[in-house]
Amino acid sequence: MQIGPPQLARVGRWVMIEFRNTSKSYDDGTLAVSELNLTAASHEITVLVGSSGCGKTTMLRMVNRLVTPTSGQVLIDDVDVADRHPVELRRSIGYVMQNSGLLPHRTTVDNIATVPVLRGTPVREARKRALELMETVGLDRSMARRYPWQLSGGQQQRVGVARGLAADPNILLMDEPFGAVDPIVRADLQRELLRLQAELGKTILFVTHDIAEAITLGDKIVILAKGGRIAQQGSPAEIMAEPKDEFVTSFLGLDGGRSLHVDGDLVVDPSGRPVGRLA
Amino acid sequence: MLDNGGTIADATWAHLLLALPAIVISFVVAVPVAWVASRFRRSRFSLLLLAGLIYAIPSLPLFIILPLVLGTSVRSIVNVIAALGLYGVALMVRYAADALDAVSGDTVLAATAMGYGPWRRFFGVQLPLAGPALLAGLRVVAVSTVSLVPVSALLGVNSLGLLFTDGFQRGIFAEVLAGIVATVVVAVVVDLALVMLGRLLMPWEIPRVRRDGRRDAEVETVAPS
Ligand SMILES: Nc1ncnc2c1ncn2[C@@H]1O[C@H](COP(=O)(O)OP(=O)(O)OP(=O)(O)O)[C@@H](O)[C@H]1O
Ligand SMILES: [Mg+2]
Repeated sequence: MQIGPPQLARVGRWVMIEFRNTSKSYDDGTLAVSELNLTAASHEITVLVGSSGCGKTTMLRMVNRLVTPTSGQVLIDDVDVADRHPVELRRSIGYVMQNSGLLPHRTTVDNIATVPVLRGTPVREARKRALELMETVGLDRSMARRYPWQLSGGQQQRVGVARGLAADPNILLMDEPFGAVDPIVRADLQRELLRLQAELGKTILFVTHDIAEAITLGDKIVILAKGGRIAQQGSPAEIMAEPKDEFVTSFLGLDGGRSLHVDGDLVVDPSGRPVGRLA
Repeated sequence: MLDNGGTIADATWAHLLLALPAIVISFVVAVPVAWVASRFRRSRFSLLLLAGLIYAIPSLPLFIILPLVLGTSVRSIVNVIAALGLYGVALMVRYAADALDAVSGDTVLAATAMGYGPWRRFFGVQLPLAGPALLAGLRVVAVSTVSLVPVSALLGVNSLGLLFTDGFQRGIFAEVLAGIVATVVVAVVVDLALVMLGRLLMPWEIPRVRRDGRRDAEVETVAPS
């Protein structure tokens, strides 16, 4: 089954995030994203995968106006983000950065409480909620008063996720949030995210390099080539079953030595080791 | 002897009354100037050059010229504080610009991404993170200000410097020595006070390992602002 142009994917579905002919070229002339048309449906995890420098971070940052498109639009629920106040917009969107991006001078609780406090929640209340969130993301309460440098990489990532969730945003932008941790912690974090998502139903744009992670997490996977060009998009099963071209095939690792194949709802490598589960 | 003690205490007090306001002015004026230098790259060179030139003005002429600009008398403490402050600002601007530059761009971006407005981001994130480097600069400025104050004694303004001039004129070596020792002690005390203030304001800087090995801090931390 082939997924049609993005307009078709919208049918019968409330649009949450939509890129409409969006391009971004940086001051030095780098064309990071070119004429992107993409929809991320509400309550779904849309995973952007692609090799380094293909414009994934740029795409996320155009949603919360950290980056301004050179042309085209980004819409949230049919409203152009350019028409919204940037500071208000950012407080309404959870952003989990590559390398966690925690504030080094704030303790774990205060890092998590940052956005609610910015939005005017009394500090005491925000901290109480932050403590609850620590539990949600699997952090021991004894970490509450530690500073970021006193936490391991995996713990920092969890704090980053908790901070993204703290203001209960409808949209979560996650930029390689589990990039800096070992495979075991990574699998653990992925499970936590799926469990949370089943509960919370956020609209998530998730960036990764890792195709196995994309298959595990994505309701929809968008495979990107240079310049943010969409090579293929669809559900993990669709993409695994019918890779559109050689680029996608090689990206999935379906060609040559380390070929992946589907076994039931598991994606396994040649040695039979599962690398992902079709959602 | 008792009389001398009283004189030294008076002079120390007068010394602090000149030095402390000048140190505060140095910080409060230098930080916004440094912000401009750090934010607008093109202004950086000229601002730092200007600061360097101001610092190069010989002190005695400045004490004499400044009243013409300010409309104060040469012996007014306002005049002395303004001159000391000017040197302090000139010295502090470079430290402060470097301190602000050194704040991680990623952290500032993270703050922006979470919805910090520019003001709140400056006072809530950039300034505190530049804090340790700002403090290091301010300590240099503080010590240099304290040891510059005695020059004003040549104009007849009261400070520990009067012990030098008076002792020198009257040939009392002990008085000169007392003035030197007292000035050094004041400088050290002010420096220590700044270090303590830094510890108080920047609790994230010290490893918070308690004797019993627990890392959790017992101190209530600063609320996010
Ligand atoms: N501020 C900038 N100024 C100039 N060029 C930039 C800037 N930010 C990104 N680029 C360029 O734009 C392109 C896309 O960058 P982007 O960070 O979006 O890629 P990415 O897909 O997130 O890469 P990675 O997987 O390595 O994080 C790259 O070629 C990058 O060098
Ligand atoms: Mg990136």
